[in-house]
Amino acid sequence: MESQAMERQADEKIDLRGTPCPMNWVKTKLRLEELEQGQLLEVLLDDGEPMRNVPGSVKAEGHRIVEAAPLEHGFRLLIERAGDATQ
Amino acid sequence: MDTGKSKEQRAEQRAEELKAGGFIPQRQRGKITVRCKAPGGRMTSERLAKIAEVARRYGQGVVHLSVRMSPEILYVDLSDLDDVVRELGEVGQEIASCGKRFRVTTACGGCEYNPNGWTDTQRLALEATDRFFGQETPHKFKTCFSGCVIDCMRSRQTDLGLQGMVRPSLDAEKCTRCGICVRVCQDEALTMAEDELPVRDTDRCTCCGDCIKSCPFDAMVPGRIGHAVYVGGKHGKHPHVAYPVAELVPDDTVMDVIEATMEWYRQHGNTGERIGNTFDRVGIDGFRRALRDVVGDGLLTAEDLQKHGWRSVFYRGLADTFPQYGALD
Repeated sequence: MESQAMERQADEKIDLRGTPCPMNWVKTKLRLEELEQGQLLEVLLDDGEPMRNVPGSVKAEGHRIVEAAPLEHGFRLLIERAGDATQ
Repeated sequence: MDTGKSKEQRAEQRAEELKAGGFIPQRQRGKITVRCKAPGGRMTSERLAKIAEVARRYGQGVVHLSVRMSPEILYVDLSDLDDVVRELGEVGQEIASCGKRFRVTTACGGCEYNPNGWTDTQRLALEATDRFFGQETPHKFKTCFSGCVIDCMRSRQTDLGLQGMVRPSLDAEKCTRCGICVRVCQDEALTMAEDELPVRDTDRCTCCGDCIKSCPFDAMVPGRIGHAVYVGGKHGKHPHVAYPVAELVPDDTVMDVIEATMEWYRQHGNTGERIGNTFDRVGIDGFRRALRDVVGDGLLTAEDLQKHGWRSVFYRGLADTFPQYGALD
């Protein structure tokens, strides 16, 4: 399942490089809520505070990060939207 | 009985008696500030409503939140104190304390609901207050619990501060070598090894847990959770930064640490001397020896304090001003 997910294309993309905490997480959360369960959201984030905060918040909401890849500056996360029951 | 004492001495004695009970004489003659007990700064809405009601009826409808989290009802008449105590008692609201004794323990949100916390600061603050509140010491004795190294409760400026910390552990099976943990670490304690798995430099790690929280795949997990122990800090006219004396002390040892510290302080502290000043006067190794019986391997050595992890939590250069921790036989 996981390898399949990694090959799947993101259903939505959002570039949050340059967006400070906590707005980057707020925007990630709102965009995830627009998706259906199991759909994938690609998020681009800066290094530093955004990476210290956003992945933890994503996990705490019950979503699953299926892929994380370093960029020259920052990271690309692929997040699978959880069902509402787990949120 | 008091005939040998001057009017001023009697007034001072009366003021001390009031303070022991958590009643602070105000600048205004006959008016008292009533300090309410709130371990960890936590309060039920029922108690909060009662405090508001009492403040309205017996004071001037104002409450001050003390520096150490106690709601203080202002402008209460000395003659109303019994009624105030009785009314607050109806909802289980107790009165705090002042003076030379163990004070109400303060705490941050901790791991119960704060995303940053690693230790259950609220539960421990309640337990410490239940067990030690009001016990007499040579001077005031303040304790606090912070849930993580951010240290919102300022354990390094407290007589005895306990600060949550977590030693991370890597599950190599789950690690995808994405490198997030390496990049989020503010202390450059993680590097990617030859096999591309993150390796932790234990000398540089402050046990903050950022790598654990940011790991997308739960490969970096809590290995051991415990408390850093800081002793001898104070603010006030002559501030004193606390000495880090132990690390990763488990929950079930915390009350023993408090008890042992108070016991040593009672034996060695002069009346009116804060524990940090006692260390200045008699040195710290005697206390470290007493604490070793409780925390064992968790005791910090002179070598430990020279490591980046410990040096980095203090203001630049301050660690160099610390007294040398001797080798204990």
